[in-house]
Amino acid sequence: MNLAELQKKLVAAARAEVVNDRVPYAFEKRVTALIASRVAPQHLDLWVCGLWRAAISCVAVALLCGAWTLFTPAASAGSDDLSQNFESTLLAAVDQSDQAQ
Amino acid sequence: MMERTEAELISAVLKGDAASFEPLVQKYSPRVFATVRRHARRESEVEDIAQEVWLKAFDKLKSFRSEAPFEHWLMRMTVRTCYDFLRGHKRNRESSFTDLSEPESDWLERFVAAPESASDNADAAKLLIARVLEKLSPPARLVITLLEIEDRSVKEIAELTGWSVPLVKVRAFRARAEMRKILAKMTKDKYL
Repeated sequence: MNLAELQKKLVAAARAEVVNDRVPYAFEKRVTALIASRVAPQHLDLWVCGLWRAAISCVAVALLCGAWTLFTPAASAGSDDLSQNFESTLLAAVDQSDQAQ
Repeated sequence: MMERTEAELISAVLKGDAASFEPLVQKYSPRVFATVRRHARRESEVEDIAQEVWLKAFDKLKSFRSEAPFEHWLMRMTVRTCYDFLRGHKRNRESSFTDLSEPESDWLERFVAAPESASDNADAAKLLIARVLEKLSPPARLVITLLEIEDRSVKEIAELTGWSVPLVKVRAFRARAEMRKILAKMTKDKYL
């Protein structure tokens, strides 16, 4: 038997076949619903991503504050210094008890 | 409401609007189904493969570069998904051809008696080629379908499959040999 000829005939038969492009009813709706159901669990990923972004922003703000504290000229150590006054007020009770002893 | 263009739909999907994917599915599904039907072994597999194609397309939409048409990108994905499916769902290809139906046997007998009298367009010939394709290995089946049945060039096949041009040529050579071997077995089972 001529196998090459048989092969040619069968390939020609396959070529002659018109391929059906029928799409099942509401196929696109099913695909979209499936995608929507897969997208839902990704909210957790979004939340984690948001938290990471927030953490990065916090680090950036902390670094900026640190740099600002380091590079701003130190204020005079006079009695008008707000931080000194605040500390004295906060620790007044401790100071008094120390002096009493 | 004015119909949105393909680029607008893709852009909306990429921004998180999954519903904008639906018109794309609706527009290109006939083409996807036709391609899948060419490559799938059974009609029952077709819908699963087509669904897989669209899910992959959604997941990989970020990789779509708008320089080439969306349809080309989608067809590449369809062919590759079909190939992955064929590889992942290997069937027993060792079965014999002794269970040929009567029209198939008649067609084969007509061909043996007078090759020119056996029509290319006969349903029996289509059933026979479907049997032969089913027995081919996944790469051979893909190459024969694209090269011989769809009449695509080696370069086109390389683009569709992601294989190199020399690899396509090697696989085409092996696929033809594999097909001849299957045909030889088929005629041997039938006539010996």
